[in-house]
Amino acid sequence: MGGFPILSTMILVPLIGAIICLFLEAKAARSVALVITLINLALGIVLWLNYDIGGAQWQFAERADLFAGFQYALGIDGIALMLIMLSVFLMPICIGASWEAIKTRVGEYMAAFLLMETLMIGTFAAQDIFLFYIFFEAGLIPMYLIIGIWGGDNRIYASYKFFLYTLLGSVLMLIAMFWMVNVAGTSSIAALMQYDFAPEAQTWLWLAFFASFAVKMPMWPVHTWLPDAHVQAPTAGSVILAGVLLKLGGYGFIRFSLPMFPEASAQFAWLVFALSMIAVVVTSLIALVQHDMKKLIAYSSVAHMAIVTVGLFSFNVQGLEGSMIVMLSHGLVSGALFLCVGVIYDRLHTREIDRYGGLSINMPAYATLFLLFTMASIGLPGTSGFVGEFLSLAGIYQVSSTVAFVCTTGIILGAGYMLYLYRRVAFGEQKNADAAAMPDLTMREYALLTPIAAVVLWMGIYPESFLAPMRADIAALDARLARAAPAGDAMISFGEPVVDEAVIEEAPTTPDAAVEEAQ
Amino acid sequence: MNASILAIVFVPLLAAIVAGLGGRMIGHTAAKALTTGGLFLAAALSWPIFISFIGGSAEATVVPVLKWVQSGALTFDWALRVDALTAVMLVVITTVSALVHLYSWGYMEEDPDQSRFFAYLSLFTFAMLMLVTADNLVQMFFGWEGVGLASYLLIGFWYKKPTANAAAIKAFVVNRVGDLGFMLGIFGIFMVFQTTSIPEILEAAPAMAGSTIGFMGMRIDTLTIICLLLFIGAMGKSAQLGLHTWLPDAMEGPTPVSALIHAATMVTAGVFMVCRLSPLFETSATAMAVVTVVGAATCFFAATIGTTQWDIKRVIAYSTCSQLGYMFFAAGVGAYGPAMFHLFTHAFFKALLFLGAGSVIHAMHHEQDMRYYGGLRKHIPITFWAMLLGTLAITGLGVYHLGVGFAGFWSKDAILEVAWAAGTTTSVTAFWLGTFAALLTSFYSWRLMFLTFWGKPRWIESEHIQHSVHKTPQEAGEDTTGGYHPHESPISMLIPLGVLSIGAVVAGQVFHDPFLQESEFWNGAIAFNAELMVAMTEVPYLVKYAALIVMVIGFIAAWYAYIRKPSVPKETAKQLGPIYHFVLNKWYFDELYNFLFIKPAFWFGRVFWKRGDEATIDRFGPNGAAWLVGQGSGLAKKVQSGYLNSYALIMLLGVVAAVTWVLF
Repeated sequence: MGGFPILSTMILVPLIGAIICLFLEAKAARSVALVITLINLALGIVLWLNYDIGGAQWQFAERADLFAGFQYALGIDGIALMLIMLSVFLMPICIGASWEAIKTRVGEYMAAFLLMETLMIGTFAAQDIFLFYIFFEAGLIPMYLIIGIWGGDNRIYASYKFFLYTLLGSVLMLIAMFWMVNVAGTSSIAALMQYDFAPEAQTWLWLAFFASFAVKMPMWPVHTWLPDAHVQAPTAGSVILAGVLLKLGGYGFIRFSLPMFPEASAQFAWLVFALSMIAVVVTSLIALVQHDMKKLIAYSSVAHMAIVTVGLFSFNVQGLEGSMIVMLSHGLVSGALFLCVGVIYDRLHTREIDRYGGLSINMPAYATLFLLFTMASIGLPGTSGFVGEFLSLAGIYQVSSTVAFVCTTGIILGAGYMLYLYRRVAFGEQKNADAAAMPDLTMREYALLTPIAAVVLWMGIYPESFLAPMRADIAALDARLARAAPAGDAMISFGEPVVDEAVIEEAPTTPDAAVEEAQ
Repeated sequence: MNASILAIVFVPLLAAIVAGLGGRMIGHTAAKALTTGGLFLAAALSWPIFISFIGGSAEATVVPVLKWVQSGALTFDWALRVDALTAVMLVVITTVSALVHLYSWGYMEEDPDQSRFFAYLSLFTFAMLMLVTADNLVQMFFGWEGVGLASYLLIGFWYKKPTANAAAIKAFVVNRVGDLGFMLGIFGIFMVFQTTSIPEILEAAPAMAGSTIGFMGMRIDTLTIICLLLFIGAMGKSAQLGLHTWLPDAMEGPTPVSALIHAATMVTAGVFMVCRLSPLFETSATAMAVVTVVGAATCFFAATIGTTQWDIKRVIAYSTCSQLGYMFFAAGVGAYGPAMFHLFTHAFFKALLFLGAGSVIHAMHHEQDMRYYGGLRKHIPITFWAMLLGTLAITGLGVYHLGVGFAGFWSKDAILEVAWAAGTTTSVTAFWLGTFAALLTSFYSWRLMFLTFWGKPRWIESEHIQHSVHKTPQEAGEDTTGGYHPHESPISMLIPLGVLSIGAVVAGQVFHDPFLQESEFWNGAIAFNAELMVAMTEVPYLVKYAALIVMVIGFIAAWYAYIRKPSVPKETAKQLGPIYHFVLNKWYFDELYNFLFIKPAFWFGRVFWKRGDEATIDRFGPNGAAWLVGQGSGLAKKVQSGYLNSYALIMLLGVVAAVTWVLF
């Protein structure tokens, strides 16, 4: 790539586009937004093609010193690369999904989306902890606006809830960041990832970050903003919320909590497991009884994100890689499911499941694609959903068979609520005349859904394309976590069936000893 | 051989994609011809492979296809493995599938969605082939879930019917319960063996004897828990006792589907899995005992229900469930050869019975209730003869000393004999349950035949027939046919019946040697217990003739109850009272599961939603905060302006202020 600042370009292009869009009338704003997002997608592909797998950990680095040690530093590893790809891939689809649905203040709407793209890429590319924070928190502002201005009837309540939850977390995280920078003497994320904080400090630092990331994930019981936000957001807002914003929490865990506070992460793994197990069972059951399509998918997202958190805190390669794939897959699949809801919402203006039925008859192409995404959501092998889920659960099994068992029940419950949804929407008699009169997919809608379908199958059949760039980074993280990795309860032992002591002895060093060694 | 293996597996996939996505463009006939042709090609390529294994000239082959997943030590690829065990499955799957495709030309002739139907059939075949050619457990799981998807789509093929939709979901979800076990089994295997490759696991398994792993807070023998978890998966797919409830409901699908998926192939996947992993199961006596007990119990339990059902397809469905039980307890006593042999012969005669039943249903204007059949022998003679041969095969007619018999004679007798020969308490119990089930098998099979083909026509009582002839029973008066004329099925449906009839007659006679005796055929593809196979031939004559004796008793009982004295069934039902109702209502499994799982799931869902999320978390969380703010100072009221822009602004200012404060 030479010295071409591609990351800055990718951040800057949508920003410029956003400013232009503000001054354009509806039709032009749509076209400009689409062109801008496609340019960024092209840049993203260039980025991926030029990413040197197995090369330096941080690539495409850029750096400029600003005031008082605060740096404009960018750079990506494989993990960030994949999440940037997810963002730039979904963005043109979001613009396309808003093409006809958004009729008021189109220029501002497109500007908000483009601004969000800038901020998301910035979040994943930031190499300075404060730069990260600014992108991370500011990324939510366009989202508030999208929900609050272009949302449904109850949009103010939803955006208020969204705001309140995220605010709570981020204040604590900011304080923790100041403390860390003071102690470690650097605000570089790469350096902080290698820095060993004292175990006592790690405990509260971990909790401060956890408050923010748990809300973003979202984990039970701080998930209740998500269903409301999804229900009120316009289709494209839901896509980007599920597709990228929910990944910020997982990215935070993998970038900050785990490498910076390994001991505390091990110490609090039980908390993460407990909340995740509750989430899998409880939110799946809640999804089963929903009448609103978007709410159902929103609750299913909480259950899927719980698989991400257990995978992350399993402290092994399978769990970490699985979590990343679940995040990518969920971004695509739940984004696609929200698009599917949008397709029929645009026709009938209701999300009430019972208002539909028998769509296989009048919308066969729609029903086929919807089925594919339903199957990907419930983790059918051959789709992206399976690879991630399987690896995460395989990872967690090595730590705790009980957690693995509870989380694996998600495959039963997931099949239950998704197939129940599909049955009520696509199968059965056409009991509503207006739903029966809906036309099948338009070319525009094909263009939105088929690329996602293709990637979902690609990731399911040949996930190596996505795993390979992350492999070295995950391995490095795994190596860093090794000193704190908990011994599994399921580990094999020979001889007489006994004894927990034997297992504990086999465990790596205890957290304290490891820190002493490090010092 | 490599090219033909690839063609066998991927031609059905390509045909399915073209017919499914392009069906509208190329038209029904082209879609049907493409899929059917593809399957006949696959069958034509499969038989030479099978024959070469029987001749001992072929060796196990692995054809690598594509890298799949590499995550640390956990790696697995797409690859096709063919050995003797797979070869058996290849011929069963491709042959029955090709015939079912052909049969569907006639059966589905008037359906507006034919190309979709054929695409699903081919998709199913592809998934099933991936399952049996798997070289690692994850690919097997891919096939496992793929056939589940196809089964879901085909059961719910007539998606306007609410019962079909319910049955489709039930099949998928119940299978997922089994899959939970399968997945945990794979995780356990990976943890213990650090691989999912089947040959590597089988090789390493004996060395793990005596070790323990933790499972849900207990420490359990490693190999036992792994085998049991995998077996839960097998129980789901093969509809064994406890996880069987989906199979009878699956009869909502079109009849060719029942023949292919719910009789000949998919439901045998569990048996295949146990045989494929037989060296692993051999290492755990406990797991083997469980397999035996579950198999024997299912074999008996399903047969009892089969004697009371009125729907012709449900009788055959319970029969399938029962026959799968035989295969499992054979595997459980260590006789994998007889288990696979029964799987092989069963595929022919059970597909025959289902397709025959489909032909009857076709002739009877979609009526499935045997109470409204009767006297069909002369109206649909070819179907009658095919069904008769199928019945003789399933009931196992054959004479040991003459060395002749129908397919079921060879395989079922082998299973009963080997259960006796194994000589353990569980295996002998299985022998007695199996023998009693054989009596019931004979009874319900002949009951089906007598109700359908003998006696006087009772057609006019059927609503379907009434619709067809536009008469009520009163109007028809004396003429209980209502003037309805059943027609024999078209040639495309009769050819498969003919071919399968041949299979039902000769499959046992021709192939028993390679399956049952130590030869070059198995060649390590299954754990072959040569001693047991020899002991099997030396059991007392009474054991060898047990199946024939109970078959005759069952025949006479059915003849007496349904031909000689048709009042008997009602009287017996009255006398048995509660027992009859218990069996008629399928041992109340559906009611029990509904009460234990389905209702509570919805109830808890509503409670967690309304009481949990809304009444607790939101009330004390965000809404509580809003309330506090509302009660607070005037400043707070101003902040709580409701304008998002001002929130955003305040937030941004706060961040800038904080950054400034710390850094300067």
